[in-house]
Amino acid sequence: MLEVRHLSKAFSGLKAVDGASLDVRAGEIVALIGPNGAGKTTLFAAIAGFHRPDAGTVRFDGADITGLAPHRICAAGMVRTFQITQPFAKISVRENIMVGAYARTADRTTAAVRAEVIARQVGMARQLDQLGADLTVAGRKRLELARALATGPRLLLLDEVMAGLNPTEITEIVDVIQAIRTSGVTILLIEHVMQAVTSLAERVYVLNQGRVIAEGTPAAIAADPGVVEAYLGHGAAARLGGGHA
Amino acid sequence: MSRRGLAFAAGGLLLAILYPLLVRAAGAAGLPIAPNYLINVGMLVCFTAFIGQSWNIAGGFAGLMSFGHVVFFGTGAYGMAILQVTYGWNPWLAWPVAAALGAGVGWLIGALAFRAGLRGSYFALITLAFAEVFRILANSVPFTRGGLGLLIKAEPHPANLQFRDPIWIYYLALLLCVIALLIAWQLTRTRFGARLVAIRENEDAARALGIDVYAEKVKVLALSGAMGAAGGAFYVQKYLYVDPWIAFGVDKSVEMLLVSMVGGAGTIFGPLIGAGALTAINEITRTLASVVPALKNVQPLSLIVYGAMLVLIVARLPDGLASLFGRKRREAGRA
Repeated sequence: MLEVRHLSKAFSGLKAVDGASLDVRAGEIVALIGPNGAGKTTLFAAIAGFHRPDAGTVRFDGADITGLAPHRICAAGMVRTFQITQPFAKISVRENIMVGAYARTADRTTAAVRAEVIARQVGMARQLDQLGADLTVAGRKRLELARALATGPRLLLLDEVMAGLNPTEITEIVDVIQAIRTSGVTILLIEHVMQAVTSLAERVYVLNQGRVIAEGTPAAIAADPGVVEAYLGHGAAARLGGGHA
Repeated sequence: MSRRGLAFAAGGLLLAILYPLLVRAAGAAGLPIAPNYLINVGMLVCFTAFIGQSWNIAGGFAGLMSFGHVVFFGTGAYGMAILQVTYGWNPWLAWPVAAALGAGVGWLIGALAFRAGLRGSYFALITLAFAEVFRILANSVPFTRGGLGLLIKAEPHPANLQFRDPIWIYYLALLLCVIALLIAWQLTRTRFGARLVAIRENEDAARALGIDVYAEKVKVLALSGAMGAAGGAFYVQKYLYVDPWIAFGVDKSVEMLLVSMVGGAGTIFGPLIGAGALTAINEITRTLASVVPALKNVQPLSLIVYGAMLVLIVARLPDGLASLFGRKRREAGRA
């Protein structure tokens, strides 16, 4: 469904993403992990049209979408959320979600109905009339998810929707994401919460210094010495291995 | 709009329609203020609300903070005057063309500014610059007759869009004001309006959610430009004269912005409330200055009061006078 090939993006000489390739197949949940500053968010932004990549291609359902404007990519069926939540502060949750719903309909009533359905889906049914600015961190994360979902995507790019949540809230949102996948939406997510990655993702890509250094099931990734070193430093894998022996 | 809001609006409209007749009846019954003066003040409120709404559509709803909205007003004013004086057009025909010119200027400024990615204070500065450039051009190119200005021949007749009885120009201003309110109302209940608010609140999120931010911004600036120009054309037709300062003076930009900010930017009735407040201040201070000898040399007194009022509003009531009503309603909704 999504094919990213040799994607690169540099900011004033610094290579944030350096020849990264990845695939997401329809119906999957794929996680993208990596240490801070690995280039995960930049890679997302380059895929979703927020940054024009310096090199490489992005294909979505076979069509080349490299460098297209975000609104065209959204119309094609791919939408991203933001790690730093971006609620429309001075309008209600309902109106926030309706903005997303308007991507598929020009009719106000249809958009309003869709907003309510989506709100129920992500567990925000009781907050529909709250202002975007009045939400808690957990509420804002859900709103990010709800708005994106309202645009009717086939592929959702979720950027750290669990950061800053407590364990109960994480369990809740993991269930919500599972349900979204079951409803037929493919998901690529950036996540630091490993508990969520292992319970959600079939496959994991590890990004370090802009490069994909490993790919596999969550269990295989956790055992990969290269990954351990990327997180804990050179020689860490050997030291840990020594500890076990 | 709620049923109560609708009843409120209908009542207000009825009162506005009856207003000239009521003040004339009061005049006949011995009111010490001249009825035509009061009708003229009513006209000013409607007209100011209309050009304020032109700013509000772009600045209030879409967050395009313009400091040079007079560029549209002046384009309409000159369009209206030149088409009549130089080309002998009928004003009824010239009016929509003047509005279209304003839309064109809005589209042009939008296309240039937004393609270059100018936002916030940079956009404000670029609009200010455009207004100044237009004013200097109007001062120097031959077809505006420079600083001399253009004088439209006074021939009061409905066919010439000139009226002997001020009541008609009042009704015309009222019609403009109502059209502007309807446009603002539509923005609160359509996809276009929802997208503008989304762009105002967070441009990146708007882009991610499938909004073509550039196109929507250009569209709203063209709409706002058409309204501003229609207001300028009206102004010329009322006073039958235009010069570069009247058309493109920075004080008009301030007025358009102030009316919305004082009343409540991004609300339907904000510009109307603001226009009422500002016109009242204007008239009261002018009367005071002519009556109280000590104030005679404090000119113009209204600007001092404007300034104080703006400070108060920004500090105490950032959402404008309209929020006084809104707050009450929201609290009632919660209870």
